Amino acid sequence: MKLALRELRRQPGRFAVATLILTLIAVLLMFLGGLLDGLEAQSTGALRQQPGDAVVFADGAEGSFVRSRLSPEVRDVVAEVDGVERVGGLGNVQLGARLDGRGPRDLVPVVLFGYEVAPEGLPDGGPKPGQAFADDALRREGVEEGDVLRLGPARTEVEVVGFISDAQYAGQATLWASLDTWRAVLAENRPGGRLDGGAVQALVVQVGGDRSPHELVEAIDEATGGVTDAYTIAGAIDALPGVAQQRSTFQQIIGVTVVIAIVVVALFFALITVERTGLYGVLKALGAGTGSLFAGVLLQAVVVIALASAVGVAAALLLDALLPAGSLPFDALPSRLASSVGALFFAAVVGVAFSLRRVLRVDPAAAIGGAQ
Amino acid sequence: MSQAPALRMQGVRKVYPAGDDEVVALDHVTLTLRSDEIVALVGPSGSGKTTLCSIAGALLTPTEGEVEVGGERISDLSGKELTAFRRESVGFVFQTVNLVPFLTARENLLVIDELSGRSGRRARERADQLLEELGLADKANALPGQLSGGQKQRVAIGRALMNDPELVLFDEPTSALDSKLGDQVVSLIRDEMKARGTAAIIVTHDERITHYADRTVHISDGRLDDAADHAPAGG
Repeated sequence: MKLALRELRRQPGRFAVATLILTLIAVLLMFLGGLLDGLEAQSTGALRQQPGDAVVFADGAEGSFVRSRLSPEVRDVVAEVDGVERVGGLGNVQLGARLDGRGPRDLVPVVLFGYEVAPEGLPDGGPKPGQAFADDALRREGVEEGDVLRLGPARTEVEVVGFISDAQYAGQATLWASLDTWRAVLAENRPGGRLDGGAVQALVVQVGGDRSPHELVEAIDEATGGVTDAYTIAGAIDALPGVAQQRSTFQQIIGVTVVIAIVVVALFFALITVERTGLYGVLKALGAGTGSLFAGVLLQAVVVIALASAVGVAAALLLDALLPAGSLPFDALPSRLASSVGALFFAAVVGVAFSLRRVLRVDPAAAIGGAQ
Repeated sequence: MSQAPALRMQGVRKVYPAGDDEVVALDHVTLTLRSDEIVALVGPSGSGKTTLCSIAGALLTPTEGEVEVGGERISDLSGKELTAFRRESVGFVFQTVNLVPFLTARENLLVIDELSGRSGRRARERADQLLEELGLADKANALPGQLSGGQKQRVAIGRALMNDPELVLFDEPTSALDSKLGDQVVSLIRDEMKARGTAAIIVTHDERITHYADRTVHISDGRLDDAADHAPAGG
């Protein structure tokens, strides 16, 4: 081990190219992970902010608010399901918002939510009619508390009375209002989609007792005779159009990047091992075990990966800190950084494992007779 | 130093498969070295010198016959046991000096202790003592690239002596040196071996250096000449 560390310290140039390439790979990996989390945060904030454990849509809606409609009778059935503690209506409408000081065609896309069970920091039942809380993304558009937004073709006025963080939906800023305000905006701007008689698009359900959300969603669909399609919050996020596909695409790119890291480690350390065949032969002849020689190679790979990872993590955190809000969907989450570092260390171990056979095959007898 | 012979090879045969055929590298070799005897092993290329040294140095196991080093039978040891045996009881000086290029002279002496997870104070003291005796005290912190050919060879000798071996094998130790330096190195080898009572086999093509040895053994076609089968002379 000391031998391997001394080589790194005294011949750093030998490892420079591999360290540089693996650092670039580490930065790419952290960047991809940050983009994935940033994009996902922009698509799913509204659902992640829900204080419940499950979201119920109409059967066949496939997690889409626009395609879902639930009557008060269904709501009553859901509320009676064993383990359901609280039920609240939820609905949304996607519109263009006109802001003061901007031209008539300079619309900001927003999603107005009507809610009963409040996300954290908002009042239950929603603010007064005609008022809404705005997502922070609108603050970045220049919206301030007290501003009035004119929504949709009907230019329905909604006054911003406060802000909520991390509540975007489908990449758009959101407004959070009462169910009545939402119904009014919907009726004025989407007459075809108006909901009367207490109907909502979805229900947010809070679980009580020991029941798990997974058990609850099954129980709800069973109780309503299949007219509902209930999801856990995580399930509802996955059901959002494009989210699962986007995640899968990024994960495949991340996977390929890890494979490239494995190949780089494998090729570089295979080359180093070939160069050292003579030296290993001599050391084995002198009594070094294969295990200690291989442990040295592994340690060198781990140190190189640790350096690359440290630069990658620092670059991701720096990018996250320096990026102007709203310019690029990038989130440097500790869990993502940790998993990326874990993947790189996995690549180091797997990559170096390809050199094990070569170290095993070094014949100490070759050191005698000048064969090395 | 033990009273048992430093090396006893009895009826040693080594055969390598070659397709459907086989090549006999050593053919019933019998050789004994006293505990402080220096033997020059001379023979042409392909005569079996390397195989003999590899078997005596616990790098290879014989196909037939018995091998004892310092009274310990090694012909039946497993690969792992042979590795441990080499670490404890055999010293090697190779044809191309083969010092670890990024370690200082002192660290090169300590390398096997460190690879075995041992790096105690006693080993460090022994390394310093050996460097002092070999006239390299002022080069202890020099890297191999900063040493002359003769100094490198002396570091390699020090490395071979670190484990206080029963037997040291020198593989063409002067092949990379000019004749004057070669003479100095072989003279040093003789002095160091005799001072420690350690046995040595010096493999060489060069008949000129055989006068430093107590005995010269010739090998050809895997067989030792008749003189080698005799019991070693005193002295």
